[in-house]
Amino acid sequence: MAMTLAEKILAAHAGLKHVSPGDLIEARVDMVLANDITAPLAIGQFQRLNVPGLFDRQRVALVQDHFVPPKDIAAANQCKLVRSFAREHGLAHYYEAGKTGGIEHVVLPEQGVVLPGEVVIGADSHTCTYGALGAFSTGMGSTDVAVAMATGRIWMKVPETIRFIYEGGLQPWVGAKDLILYTIGDIGVEGALYQAMEFGGPVIDAMGMDGRFTMANMAVEAGAKAGLFAVDDTTLDYVRRRTGRPFTVYHGDPDAQCALVRQYDVSEIEPQVAFPHLPSNTRPVSQAGHVSIDQVFIGSCTNGRISDLRLAARVLGGRQVDSQVRCIIIPGDATAYRQALAEGLIETFVEAGAMVGTPSCGPCLGGHSGVLGEGERCISTTNRNFVGRMGHVKSEVYLANPAVAAASAILGRIAAPAEL
Amino acid sequence: MKLTGKAWKFGDNVNTDVIIPGRHLSTTDPKELARHCLEDLDPTFTSQVQPGDIIVAGKNFGCGSSREHAPLCLRGAGVSCVIAQSFALIFFRNAINLGLPILECPEAARAIQAGHRIEVELSTGQITDRDTGHTFQAKPYPEFMLKIINAGGLVPYTMKQMNAVNGSGT
Repeated sequence: MAMTLAEKILAAHAGLKHVSPGDLIEARVDMVLANDITAPLAIGQFQRLNVPGLFDRQRVALVQDHFVPPKDIAAANQCKLVRSFAREHGLAHYYEAGKTGGIEHVVLPEQGVVLPGEVVIGADSHTCTYGALGAFSTGMGSTDVAVAMATGRIWMKVPETIRFIYEGGLQPWVGAKDLILYTIGDIGVEGALYQAMEFGGPVIDAMGMDGRFTMANMAVEAGAKAGLFAVDDTTLDYVRRRTGRPFTVYHGDPDAQCALVRQYDVSEIEPQVAFPHLPSNTRPVSQAGHVSIDQVFIGSCTNGRISDLRLAARVLGGRQVDSQVRCIIIPGDATAYRQALAEGLIETFVEAGAMVGTPSCGPCLGGHSGVLGEGERCISTTNRNFVGRMGHVKSEVYLANPAVAAASAILGRIAAPAEL
Repeated sequence: MKLTGKAWKFGDNVNTDVIIPGRHLSTTDPKELARHCLEDLDPTFTSQVQPGDIIVAGKNFGCGSSREHAPLCLRGAGVSCVIAQSFALIFFRNAINLGLPILECPEAARAIQAGHRIEVELSTGQITDRDTGHTFQAKPYPEFMLKIINAGGLVPYTMKQMNAVNGSGT
């Protein structure tokens, strides 16, 4: 019987010939991850399990990214706990900020730690990012992750698949972020609840890996369990440049059943802005009206990769950030940082009047490095704009692509790059 | 098991950022987290919530971040149960794994008003609004999940499974 890409991967990892949506399965996991916020809880639960050790020290990854460098003593203590656990268990994949570190969902693909066809679970909701590689990856809580760290297995309900097809020619300054915001605006924040989103069509075929990571990253903002892309030459080229580790490529059957198929003509899609306080509250940038801003943030696991930084630099190059605006740019990992340095992008940012930070999650979740005060507004390339997400309960976050964020930094209000 | 408490009513898409804001995530202590539980949505919640109180909410409760600090802080605040029209996937698993009872029941979630005295019989999924006398039936848990709930959460459940496999018994 025909199966979708998600079903093929899950069946193989459950040792079954066939799975259908709704089946409860126990699957083998290829990689388990947690960060400095979620690992401390997972470590506590892992210790309660009283097992001799990790199921495989090559298949557990810990990344220090949320509150690094530590924002206060409590955060430092959490980082310390994660570090000593990594040392005690001889973890093969442990990342401090600096070196090759940065945001987990930027670092792990970049370091070849997550691969096509794998099942990955992580104690972070944006673990769905690796669906860009044709992996089945999904966010869970710390307790699920602790059990997977001990057993290498996880129970799951096989999700239905819904398919999104993108056709037509992209308008200038429209990219992956706009397509995913538009899609979430269309189906809503629970439009894909419990389901796997599968992205395809000629626009996706022509899209680079960075864009695919951006789209897969936000699948959870529509309620989805995973967001998957078919493996093609773009994927294989990306992976082979980073690792020699073997992997299996699965292909969904063309006649596999999907719960829903949506087709979009992208030529009708403008750069999108998600207004407070839901990622689905989207409008074309031309209909944003006059919204003055206090802060711009370019970075995160959604848009902190080298292509995003290049896009921001194209807009900021030779221009100046508005004197009333705090513009924060944070490369997603050390590799992107070094590449941006080599290409002169960091100099462009600093010359334009932006602040450039150490790779980390930065202000995305309102912990440090750009927390918003009462009534402040931020346009951000991140993935969530919930009430209080980035600071004060009366602050506001607007989500957009890096070019729109950069143009807004220059004009001091939400603006399209075409206005410059 | 019977739970009784006062209803706190919230709308759709109550996300884990408002349940416990990111700025407070430098601790894992449920009591410490509980001091900030839902503070951005209802500033009176932390001072007025009573042990046993029940949260009644709309669609997609617990969406957003996977932070397990969310169900932990609800438990730390004394919340005995969450009734919602629907739950976000990760929150659903986290609550079951930590032994925080959650019930999916659109009818109850719509009908129950803030402040009403609510009674929940967990073994049957029956919800009673004692102020109106109305009863509602929650969606039953899959059998597999009941085993996790009855074991007291995923960690004790897994320990039981591992003991069975290793043949070490009890």
